Amino acid sequence: MSGRPPIPDQAGSRPGRLVAEDLRVAFRPPSRGATPTVALDGLSLDVAGGEIVALIGPNGCGKSTFLRVAAGLLAAERGRITLDGRPITAPDDRIGLVFQEPRLLPWRTAARNITYPLELAGWSPERRAVRLAEMLHIVGLEAAAELRPVQMSGGMQQRASIARALALSPAVLLLDEPFSSLDALTRERFNLELLRLQERTATTIVIVTHSIPEAILVADRVIVMSPRPGRVAAEVRIDAPRPRSVEMLDEALVSRAAADIRAHLEIPEHVA
Amino acid sequence: MSGRSTRYAPDPILDPSTGTVVAGAGNAADRDGARFGARLALARNVGGVGPVVAAFIAFVAIWKIAIAVGDLKPFVLPSPEAVAARFIGAWADGTMAPHAWTTVVEVLLGFAAGASAGLAVGWLLARSRLIERLASPYLVAAQAVPILALAPLLALWFGPGLLAKVIICALIVFFPVAIATMVGIRSVDRRLLELAASLRATRRQVLTSIEIPAALPAILGGLRVGVTLAVVGAIVGEWAGADKGLGVLVNLARGSLFDYPLMFATLVTIALLGIACYSLVVLAERRLVGVR
Repeated sequence: MSGRPPIPDQAGSRPGRLVAEDLRVAFRPPSRGATPTVALDGLSLDVAGGEIVALIGPNGCGKSTFLRVAAGLLAAERGRITLDGRPITAPDDRIGLVFQEPRLLPWRTAARNITYPLELAGWSPERRAVRLAEMLHIVGLEAAAELRPVQMSGGMQQRASIARALALSPAVLLLDEPFSSLDALTRERFNLELLRLQERTATTIVIVTHSIPEAILVADRVIVMSPRPGRVAAEVRIDAPRPRSVEMLDEALVSRAAADIRAHLEIPEHVA
Repeated sequence: MSGRSTRYAPDPILDPSTGTVVAGAGNAADRDGARFGARLALARNVGGVGPVVAAFIAFVAIWKIAIAVGDLKPFVLPSPEAVAARFIGAWADGTMAPHAWTTVVEVLLGFAAGASAGLAVGWLLARSRLIERLASPYLVAAQAVPILALAPLLALWFGPGLLAKVIICALIVFFPVAIATMVGIRSVDRRLLELAASLRATRRQVLTSIEIPAALPAILGGLRVGVTLAVVGAIVGEWAGADKGLGVLVNLARGSLFDYPLMFATLVTIALLGIACYSLVVLAERRLVGVR
């Protein structure tokens, strides 16, 4: 797409390929006559099936807007976004969305939050129970199944919300700064867990983040976005094999990638 | 995390009532209310019996002191023991029961009708700003006209029977329930609605899985107000024309029988009816909020 070489050995072969072509999203101005806010303009992105892509960029560059379009919650003014060739125009159960905050239903237990998408999709209680047991195991919440959100730590809540997003076995998982409220150590652990999870499920992952270390640790490719209106300013490949661990990432590679990302992030503000 | 010591938001709305009823007893017991709601409600009340009895004794004492100090005649304020004796007597000899039963039926039917209509209209108002704009002047006007002024008219239209009272009750219950429902549903966290949208929830699923549970504390607050007003509505309706009911008995005792202790005993019965209705709503609230 758009002149970029296809991802070697993967493109088109595995399900979960997410392609955005020339997306433009503008928000209606708050008052008549004011100019609309253009959140995205000319954003193109090709994420191969099973790939992990991190989106990084300054505040307000439209990262979250892109996720909302990809999740089918927001319509693009121009351009389109497809999953395995099919356009996304509405929320789709092949796509799981994890919000910045856990967004659990406070009156439901962890278990009933995780099975909420299954309930909405009309699964029988028996099937739900089977799937619940799997999901609780995957995110390590077996002991917390009957707790309510207020009884859970922030990390547990975010685990539950990830389990909820994965409950319907989506081909693509979209995460909007999912670990930004966790402390640095917990965050690193969650990043590694996310990688392990991805190995089991082979889900395509697009993760929005503010953290360069997080992006380098989890992603195959880091997409640096320009300030508003958002488009792809640069992409940085992280050539470290998976499965990854913190020790495995050699320092030279990390600092080179980090410097590269930083260089692209420091686009002067007045360009926008 | 402090684990079990915290609980979801409805508490600020629930707590004032428990505070007034049982002076904050058994708060810790409340938390795991899920399965033991009713039992816990009993346990709390047992825990609160001491202060309740003390308050009651103080009330009776003030009553007696007022009579003694003010030298009040029995037809102005009968003594508590006279009222108590008449209360027991009226229930024992079958004077009170038929009237009380009539009023109970009016209250229950009126409350059910008014609350159902209030829920439905409140939901509609919350859904559409247009409907709210078009309908609210009429709703407010209906609420602003004193029910006392409306009651004779309704009695004229619908006759002296049950129907007129049920309509009066329903009218008076309707408004607080509708407003509470509207406010409750409007205040649902938009992020939860976005979550539901991302999971492709249908309109109906959004209502049952997000809007109703989230609005429930507010709705139950409206029901609490509504149920006590329902008792007022029934009595007012009976005053406007009826042959049976506690409101009729009050008038009868005062105007025809000159039986002031009976009049006060009837007022006590009305108060107890109000307390009973209110307690039922509170109990239902504990159940619902516990199950959530």
